[in-house]
Amino acid sequence: MSRAALLVLADGRFPAGGHAHSGGAEAAVRAGRITGVADLADFCRGRLHTAGLVAAALAGAAALGRDPVELDAAADARTPSPALRLAARKLGRQLMRAARATWPAPELDALAREFPKGAHQPVVLGLTARAAGLGPEEAAYCAAYESVSGPATATVRLLSLDPFDATAVLARLAPELDQVVERAVAAARRVAAEGVDALPACSAPLLEIAAEAHAAWPVRLFAS
Amino acid sequence: MHLDHSHPATPAVSADAHRPDGTRRAVRIGLGGPVGSGKTATVAALCRALRDELSLAVVTNDIYTREDAEFLLREAVLPPERITAVETGACPHTAIRDDISANLEAVEDLEDAVGPLDLILLESGGDNLTATFSKGLVDAQIFVIDVAGGDDIPRKGGPGVTTADLLVVNKTDLAPYVGSDLARMAADAKAARGELPVVFQSLRGESGVAEVAGWVRQRHAAWTAQA
Ligand SMILES: Nc1nc2c(ncn2[C@@H]2O[C@H](COP(=O)(O)OP(=O)(O)OP(=O)(O)O)[C@@H](O)[C@H]2O)c(=O)[nH]1
Ligand SMILES: [Mg+2]
Repeated sequence: MSRAALLVLADGRFPAGGHAHSGGAEAAVRAGRITGVADLADFCRGRLHTAGLVAAALAGAAALGRDPVELDAAADARTPSPALRLAARKLGRQLMRAARATWPAPELDALAREFPKGAHQPVVLGLTARAAGLGPEEAAYCAAYESVSGPATATVRLLSLDPFDATAVLARLAPELDQVVERAVAAARRVAAEGVDALPACSAPLLEIAAEAHAAWPVRLFAS
Repeated sequence: MHLDHSHPATPAVSADAHRPDGTRRAVRIGLGGPVGSGKTATVAALCRALRDELSLAVVTNDIYTREDAEFLLREAVLPPERITAVETGACPHTAIRDDISANLEAVEDLEDAVGPLDLILLESGGDNLTATFSKGLVDAQIFVIDVAGGDDIPRKGGPGVTTADLLVVNKTDLAPYVGSDLARMAADAKAARGELPVVFQSLRGESGVAEVAGWVRQRHAAWTAQA
């Protein structure tokens, strides 16, 4: 395993479409649920332990080589909002393109053929990590970190928040990220014996509901 | 690209000149430039000028609305299925340069839905003078400025003005009203761009987009000739 490959994959500049998504932050800002740095920290913590944990476990399982088609169905089942499913598939397709150009692998080609309009992003992320020679922990770290770094950078743009404060929020979450990744990988390892039901299924209802409303706004800065 | 030869059914990666089935894909031309300079108006005029001779489609990259796409739909310059809007997360320059994945998806989907296409025009939302298109996304780019945005823009330069394959100075009809010195703009553009072409146009004038349409025709012919 090359640890440097993890830096390439986790880099916020990795060209896989994330910059156009706020992870629900735009809707939360408009609803007055994020007004400053303290709210941002709460929002990110909530997202990390719900959507972040689920994404990390899916990515971990895909990195372990579990059947991506089953994992994709598990991701669908864990994503009630059609708007969020669509966003996850779009991002999965964009990541797939970047992944196939950076770490060409037959497994990625096969998944691209299976899902020409995109599989769920965490599943693609896990397979990308695998193609890059990374393991389930690394894949889970990428997914968990993305679940909070997206909203943090989006909020800097939306509220003109001090970027140092937003980065500090992410840094303070690091110990919790470690815990989430540990739980996620433990669940991912159980999939081989127990099937995808071993994966966590904790959702954040407000994120799902707000995403549906957000998708219908005529004017918005972010795609989700 | 090598990936696609072994797996003809998988979509192309980035700047591949061929479609998955091996045929040459549409030539892709980007239009960038400051807010309100006339990018959408130029795209609309190009569609009207070229739609009878070329199979074409448009991708727009708005900052926070679908206004450009909606304008093109309202004007009915092309059937709706040939116009796609990409969402840019408040950063059109990122979507056309640093992370082109959403635009490549849009291009691919257009080829799938209404292709084979000869020409795809990609408009960037009005941004700044440094916004340029990635070579992974477009084969040539047009930078559109206007005389009303200040006649010192060609002198200020920036990657758009200095490196675009074609510089269009639009709204020459307004020059007398805003006191812009067209001769000076032409001289400054020449100094900044050397041999690269510059077109002065007014979409309100008689010849309209004709010169730019001619340039686009040439690019398309050159692209097809490379096959
Ligand atoms: N007088 C004059 N007006 C023009 C000309 N070309 C465009 N316009 C007008 O300029 C305004 C802006 O044109 P658009 O085509 O929307 O500009 P744009 O560059 O697409 O703008 P953004 O996408 O918002 O950055 C519109 O009201 C057009 O009708 C021209 O040659 N002469
Ligand atoms: Mg426009």
